[in-house]
Amino acid sequence: MVDDLYREVILDHYKNPRGHGVIEGADAHAEGLNPLCGDEVSIYVQFAEDGETIDEVKFSGRGCAISQASTSMLMEMVKGRTATEIAELPKDELLEEIGIPLTPIRLKCALLGLGVLKVALHRAKGTALPEEWAGLDELDLR
Amino acid sequence: MAVTARPALDAQKLRADFPIFEQMIHGKPLAYLDSAVSSQKPRQVLDAMNVFYETSYTNVHRGVYTLSERATDAYEGAREKVRAFVNAPSAREVIFLRNATEALNLVAYSWGLNNLGPGDVVLVSELEHHSNFVPWQYMANRTGADFRMLPLDEHGELRLDLLDETVGDGNVKVVATNLVSNSLGTISPVEKVAAWAHERGAIYVCDAAQAAPHRAVDVQALGCDFVAVSGHKMCGPSGVGFLWGRAELLESMEPFLMGGHMIRQVRFDSTTWGELPHKFEAGTAPAAEAVGLGAAVDYLTDVGLDAIAEHEHALAAYALERLAEVGGITSYGPPADRRAGIVSFNVDGIHPHDVAQVLDSEGIAIRAGHHCCQPLMTKLGVAATNRASFYLYTVPDEIDRLVEGLHKVRRILG
Repeated sequence: MVDDLYREVILDHYKNPRGHGVIEGADAHAEGLNPLCGDEVSIYVQFAEDGETIDEVKFSGRGCAISQASTSMLMEMVKGRTATEIAELPKDELLEEIGIPLTPIRLKCALLGLGVLKVALHRAKGTALPEEWAGLDELDLR
Repeated sequence: MAVTARPALDAQKLRADFPIFEQMIHGKPLAYLDSAVSSQKPRQVLDAMNVFYETSYTNVHRGVYTLSERATDAYEGAREKVRAFVNAPSAREVIFLRNATEALNLVAYSWGLNNLGPGDVVLVSELEHHSNFVPWQYMANRTGADFRMLPLDEHGELRLDLLDETVGDGNVKVVATNLVSNSLGTISPVEKVAAWAHERGAIYVCDAAQAAPHRAVDVQALGCDFVAVSGHKMCGPSGVGFLWGRAELLESMEPFLMGGHMIRQVRFDSTTWGELPHKFEAGTAPAAEAVGLGAAVDYLTDVGLDAIAEHEHALAAYALERLAEVGGITSYGPPADRRAGIVSFNVDGIHPHDVAQVLDSEGIAIRAGHHCCQPLMTKLGVAATNRASFYLYTVPDEIDRLVEGLHKVRRILG
């Protein structure tokens, strides 16, 4: 069971995260926190000239293998897509990519990055923010 | 002189009292190393509650019929057991509540709202569980009092030498600390903190939620004004705990929750409060839970609190020694002789969630997270730690399995 959870692709993304870093002066930015474990993630987005297509996206922060790997996968998934598309991106699309069974607690680890990205886009572009992510938007990280 | 040495407890034998160990987790025997989050329950406690429900159950302090009398006797009998357990002068000073959190909120609200104001100082420590931190921080903000934290040293022990400096010339009104830290296991010399508080004219509030399962708590010897305890950490059921408070303080306070049972007389325009402890026990009491807690008190008393403390120290020492052999492990907290059976640690470069997840696959349950102690985690400079915690049913073999499990963690994630 644990071998399924930490399958090769997860470990690869965890050990070699894609898009790890910071974009100075990013067009969109948000930070999020998993209150269960205190993990934090920040996401930075740079749009293309059309002001809508995600040209560059990076993340920083600390977290478990599941949260780091899923955020890394998310970075690859969203590049080249529009803010509106990502605002509407169903979480199942990311979960399919992760492709492992997750308990409710670990689900929060896996989806933290997606939530923070949606908040960043909501703040920068006014895209819709579904109820389930609203708590992240209200978060005041000091 | 004849010396009657009390035999150290036999954890392997005691395990037979705990039905939870009769199962396999992922095909492996359960190694429950998370007793600081909540303890498992012996059959004696479960049976006591069952018998109460099957033979004596109804609401307490309500009817004149036989069952009501039986239920009330059982509930008040449990109160007397708790009184003796913490050596309280009177059972009317023992208030049954949901847990230590509710007890600490009761004190923060009922005492704090009427006794704190601008210029006053509320002092807690960096070692506190959120339950003894957040209510005081909130009440300080609400009343305009200053909220201050007593720092820790590098072992996670209270810097008693900084008590005066931390408060300065502020008018310290309340000092609140735990007796045993749920995160690091640190046993604090609270009798010294209480004495200092009283010298400064402050009250001393003790969070004994993690201490009561581990060692004898004597509220008079410690010199406390209030003591908060959760039943669930000391072999009792979830949903019941208690507050002990000095009678004159409790009598001077307003109620916390209002409603049924806590009144003397209700008129159209005003209400007068009932006597202690009823003034603070509004609504239907957790009667079966209190009976379960009473049975837990009997169970722990029978095993012996001193034997439990000794057993936990030995396990903590063994765990620290074995963890040091693994290499690449950072452990936190004081030496084993100054801590309860709790060991917090990190595996270098591997997140606690991943450590705990891999250990679960071996049937080993540990806690991974901030343990409701985010200020302490900030002090330690980490987001989270792994925490293995032991109790009277923990055997050294489970610590060996933990160590084996950590090698597996390394193989997978290192």
